[in-house]
Amino acid sequence: MSERDKAQPETTQDSRRSEQPVPEEATTSPAGGGEAPIPADKGGTPDAEGTPKTGGAPEAKAEGKTTARARAAAAARARAAAQGGAKTAKAEAAPEEPSPMQPVLDHIVHVITRELGDGVIEEAYINRLAKHVPTLVVKNERWHETARLLRDHPELAFDYLSVLVGIDHETHLEVYYHFDSYQKGHRLAVRVKADREQATVPSVTDIWPGADWPEREAYDLVGIRFAGHPNLKRILLPDDWVGHPLRKDYQPLDEGV
Amino acid sequence: MAVRTEELLLNVGPQHPSTHGVFRLVVKLDGEIITDAQPVIGYLHRGTEKLAEDLTYTQIIPYTDRMDYLSAMTNNYVLCHAVETMMGIEVPERAEYLRVIVMELNRIASHLLWFGTYLLDLGAMSPFLYAMEEREKILDLFNELCGARITFNYMRVGGVKWDAPDGWIDKVRDFIPYMREQLDGYHKLVTGNEIFLRRLKGVGKYDAQTAIAYGLSGVNLRCTGVRRDVRKDEPYSIYDRFEFDVPVATEGDCYARYLLRMEEIRQSLRILEQAVAQFPKEGAVMAKVPRVIRPPAGETYVRIEAPRGELGCYIHSKGKDKPYRLKFRRPSFHNLQILPKLLIGENMANLVAILGGIDIVLGEVDC
Repeated sequence: MSERDKAQPETTQDSRRSEQPVPEEATTSPAGGGEAPIPADKGGTPDAEGTPKTGGAPEAKAEGKTTARARAAAAARARAAAQGGAKTAKAEAAPEEPSPMQPVLDHIVHVITRELGDGVIEEAYINRLAKHVPTLVVKNERWHETARLLRDHPELAFDYLSVLVGIDHETHLEVYYHFDSYQKGHRLAVRVKADREQATVPSVTDIWPGADWPEREAYDLVGIRFAGHPNLKRILLPDDWVGHPLRKDYQPLDEGV
Repeated sequence: MAVRTEELLLNVGPQHPSTHGVFRLVVKLDGEIITDAQPVIGYLHRGTEKLAEDLTYTQIIPYTDRMDYLSAMTNNYVLCHAVETMMGIEVPERAEYLRVIVMELNRIASHLLWFGTYLLDLGAMSPFLYAMEEREKILDLFNELCGARITFNYMRVGGVKWDAPDGWIDKVRDFIPYMREQLDGYHKLVTGNEIFLRRLKGVGKYDAQTAIAYGLSGVNLRCTGVRRDVRKDEPYSIYDRFEFDVPVATEGDCYARYLLRMEEIRQSLRILEQAVAQFPKEGAVMAKVPRVIRPPAGETYVRIEAPRGELGCYIHSKGKDKPYRLKFRRPSFHNLQILPKLLIGENMANLVAILGGIDIVLGEVDC
């Protein structure tokens, strides 16, 4: 109780700070918003700076699609990673000012590197599309110890798991977590990648008991195995269901055909 | 001579009035004491997230109505809010006010239905009739606004679909004092009732640490003393313009949850009062948005405070008009997880009180 009361003013202040720049950025720089849809509306011409938004000419589907996707993803990542760095293509727009959440991210990265050494965090950036949430890409093999540190370290104290999303990226699978620290009042998103054929991610049910059903859901619908989960069974679909529907290559099994 | 006893396996549901939907619970009993409880969900799974991959963002909105069908307005909002956050769309004032008004009305309607059915679960018939009457008045308001009572499909990316008809705001204004009076009546009718108190006080108790660890949200979290409300902590829409309190209790039992929900109705009325007073006389209800909505490539996750807790929406976009991956964080799904822990060791007669106290909507649990 008292702990929570102390944390309270900090919480509101912190979240206010993180909220503030969102509309500002949205109005001043078209980078986050309007840019993508407008040129694409005019019929899929690649826009001025050559951002590969659309796959160009309607060519052979499969290959064109995947490379366009990969390139779009790479572009998004590069955009997010280059916080503060001027974007050459968008010279007329003001260079993105550093995110107000940058110090929080730096601190989290610092604590993790100090406690667990290098080679844990593959990538760290501010996700401006998600209200400036600090985001980490954590190595699959090191995820469980990192998760424990995230909850137990007094400077991190991420005690609340808000969401767990399983995603099929076609090249690999991914789990997206969103954590809150009710004590410290900050947020963190974590992405953990897994191989598509042997999709295994360490379970965090022993750290956040609330991860139990979300992990079962991700197993059920996306087919990610959570190593160490006490009861990894299907939860929404029947036990005898074949396949994982949210995989991009899912084919429904119809016994009548 | 000892009485010979044996374990009894009891199946509750999937179709049972007290489960508020299609929810099955397999309970093991030792006499009257529950020794194990296994929830079985998925009966209402419609694959909303899978369907969404083949739908444009506007086409997904009616599907969100059908998740938490007692509070479709908040579901509409969370999707629109996620897309607007990605695209940086600024929503016109008048639309924001309309959104807040309908979301708070919906919160009241949802809590009213909970109040009525919960009392019905506990064996009291008449509060249900009162609550439904008041709820009907809200649904009439919605009906006038958007032509639907439950599944509104009211919001759009960038605003709302229909402006308020003439005189609608006045009707909302008139509803506020009426509802306050009714709420006082509920307290007189129910709150001090001896049977009611005995059924709820100290039942289904847990502490703040457990609540946070299990990912509970909404009233289920606030009843343990954690002052967490997304409307305050991460203000969205125009909630930072209104004065309202976040009611908190420390007991963590069913009775605390009951009192909090009743108090939240009062706080929603406070917000409504201010929103109606500040409501802009005129203005657009839709922002200028591209004809085809294509959020930029990347991902977002936003949350809002729904009647049942933290409602989130995750979108992974590839810059197309359809989401690559859409995921809803449904508060009922997360809240329901704690049920076995609460039931084990409890008397069988408390099962209905504890399950009802969590306030689940199965359409949302199964999605």
